[in-house]
Amino acid sequence: MNLHGWGRYPIVDAQVTQVQREASALQLLENAQSKQQVLTPRGLGRSYGDSSLGDHVIDFSLQNRLINFNQESGLLECEAGTSLRDILNVFIPKGWFLPVTPGTQFVTVGGAIASDVHGKNHHLDGSFSQYIESFRILTGTNEVLECSADQRPDLFRATCGGMGLTGLILTAKLRLRPIKSSDILCRSIRAENLEQLIALFDEHVDSPYSVAWIDCLKGGAHLGRSILMLGEHAEDGPLQVAGDAGLTIPKLFPGELLNHTTISAFNTLYYHRSPKTMAAQRMSYRPYFYPLDSLNDWNRMYGRKGFVQYQFMIPKTSGANSMRKIIEAIAASGKGSFLAVLKTFGPGNNNDLSFPGEGWTLALDFRFDDGVLELLDRLDEMVLDVGGRVYLTKDARLKAQSFRRAYPNWEKFEATRARYGAHGRFASAQSLRLGLL
Amino acid sequence: MKRILIIGATSAIAEATARVFAARGDALVLAGRDTQQLSRIADDLKIRGAAQANTLELDANDFAKHESAIQQATDHLGGLDIALIAHGTLSNQSDCEKDFSLALKELNSNAISVMSLLTVLANRMQAQKSGQLAVIGSVAGDRGRPSNYVYGTAKAAVATFCEGLRARLYSHNVNVLLIKPGFVDTPMTAAFKKGPLWAKPDLIAKLIVRALDRRAAIIYTPSFWALIMLIIRSIPRPIFVRLKL
Repeated sequence: MNLHGWGRYPIVDAQVTQVQREASALQLLENAQSKQQVLTPRGLGRSYGDSSLGDHVIDFSLQNRLINFNQESGLLECEAGTSLRDILNVFIPKGWFLPVTPGTQFVTVGGAIASDVHGKNHHLDGSFSQYIESFRILTGTNEVLECSADQRPDLFRATCGGMGLTGLILTAKLRLRPIKSSDILCRSIRAENLEQLIALFDEHVDSPYSVAWIDCLKGGAHLGRSILMLGEHAEDGPLQVAGDAGLTIPKLFPGELLNHTTISAFNTLYYHRSPKTMAAQRMSYRPYFYPLDSLNDWNRMYGRKGFVQYQFMIPKTSGANSMRKIIEAIAASGKGSFLAVLKTFGPGNNNDLSFPGEGWTLALDFRFDDGVLELLDRLDEMVLDVGGRVYLTKDARLKAQSFRRAYPNWEKFEATRARYGAHGRFASAQSLRLGLL
Repeated sequence: MKRILIIGATSAIAEATARVFAARGDALVLAGRDTQQLSRIADDLKIRGAAQANTLELDANDFAKHESAIQQATDHLGGLDIALIAHGTLSNQSDCEKDFSLALKELNSNAISVMSLLTVLANRMQAQKSGQLAVIGSVAGDRGRPSNYVYGTAKAAVATFCEGLRARLYSHNVNVLLIKPGFVDTPMTAAFKKGPLWAKPDLIAKLIVRALDRRAAIIYTPSFWALIMLIIRSIPRPIFVRLKL
């Protein structure tokens, strides 16, 4: 069947097998071995590009049972296909929240480990895998191995952020975060340009959550005009699960509606709608963390050709000026979208392929159009030249040599994969493109 | 809090439905063959809020055990408000055409065992003058089609059985709900090519619980299948026999 990631580009013909129980995962792996099939694990398909695509895809989204929960410590053990939404729905009423969450709830725990996802609190709390006590993984040696930072640390560090290339994660133990309320106190501050924004990030480094919406179409004196959104969990209020999504983007939404003129107009309106500083506003966790989850299938907005999301990070040591130059290049191209997000990262961790590292990260969408791939290749060069890297979870087009420059630990990663028999057993369209066989 | 027995509790639709019950704090007994998987599901349901979740080993084709299994489930729960019968297999039509013993096996699993369980459950609920029986049928039972008429025969038999049982139990304050799912994306239908008509088990589960709440008699899930099957049932026979449905 035709299968694609969240960006709807590329589309591949894949044979998809659902796994509902552990025994069938093991059986599947053995069958694949005898038929010499290479497997690609997949959760809810929210990575943007081709990291969950391949000839033989194993769908873990029904392998989603909760196994154990300690109400005192907040340690949750669950199957790898459990979604973050499911965890929030069950545990918010009990006073627990995710320690780290990406911008959508429709992600599985296994996928969150494989992408080592980050959230609006990375500057203080790091990324998802740092809250993983341990996991069990089915490796290419047909064994189920228990892994943690102390037990088989090599496999742990390769698997966290390892894009599903080390084996099939079966279960995981995750430390949840206690909350007193499901409400978020949110404050927005307007910044006229990039320098002001970066100063504001520094000033509010103690804010538990922070993220900025940034206008990437604007150049010159207003380059980097943005709205910084700070958030923290309220100390009182309800522990209430937010309702489900309302709107759905229709299947044949004309992607041409999003063009330079409409996006530019939207950005100007959005920027000026927000006052220069705003008193704290109380809102449910959902509009704060998952604004786009209320729009079902929002990825159809870019039309039939799909889109690519580009997210990169620039190390703090290279200076804010290198971020400015890249935004200048994006603004000059006129291709950026209205969904551009900038945030500061705290220190990275020691996983082989984890994306975050101390500095700044920018994420934005590009409708899949002529010239976009060339533009992104040029941006890759600029990012790599200052020691930055590109996020594999969003990627559909990075070149192998660029990947190697961005992730110098790739050889260590490959050596670990070799030790646990992953070569020739687990791969994806992305890994083959990046030279990880 | 409702006291609910689910037979065939490892099926994707049954499990999704059990989660809706669990979130409401109902008490559950899960019956099926794979006891290991049943206890995994029971642990999950307890964390999700089920007042209790016990497991019960039961092979639906072992008719002699039906009475004692249902007694055991009732003992676990201290009574019985709802029984959901969800076990079944998707028959391989062409194999059944070659070998009738396979067809017989399919009819046993998908129809006769259901009737046996319903008989035991109906007698108890009639005596207690309360309760609801919910059975997973299929749109396949609405008309015999060459691509799956053995499976369709079983589901049609269950539908007719439910129709009679519903009328019998009406005056005893017991409802019989027949659920007719269309295409559902589950491991049972893994081999099929999926399209826009396919639904996820979570949606079917919500619709089942809603139908139980309003004591409905027959539901198509999702409801657009009522229209599709109306059209399929109204195709004149001379045309129908020429269609390779």
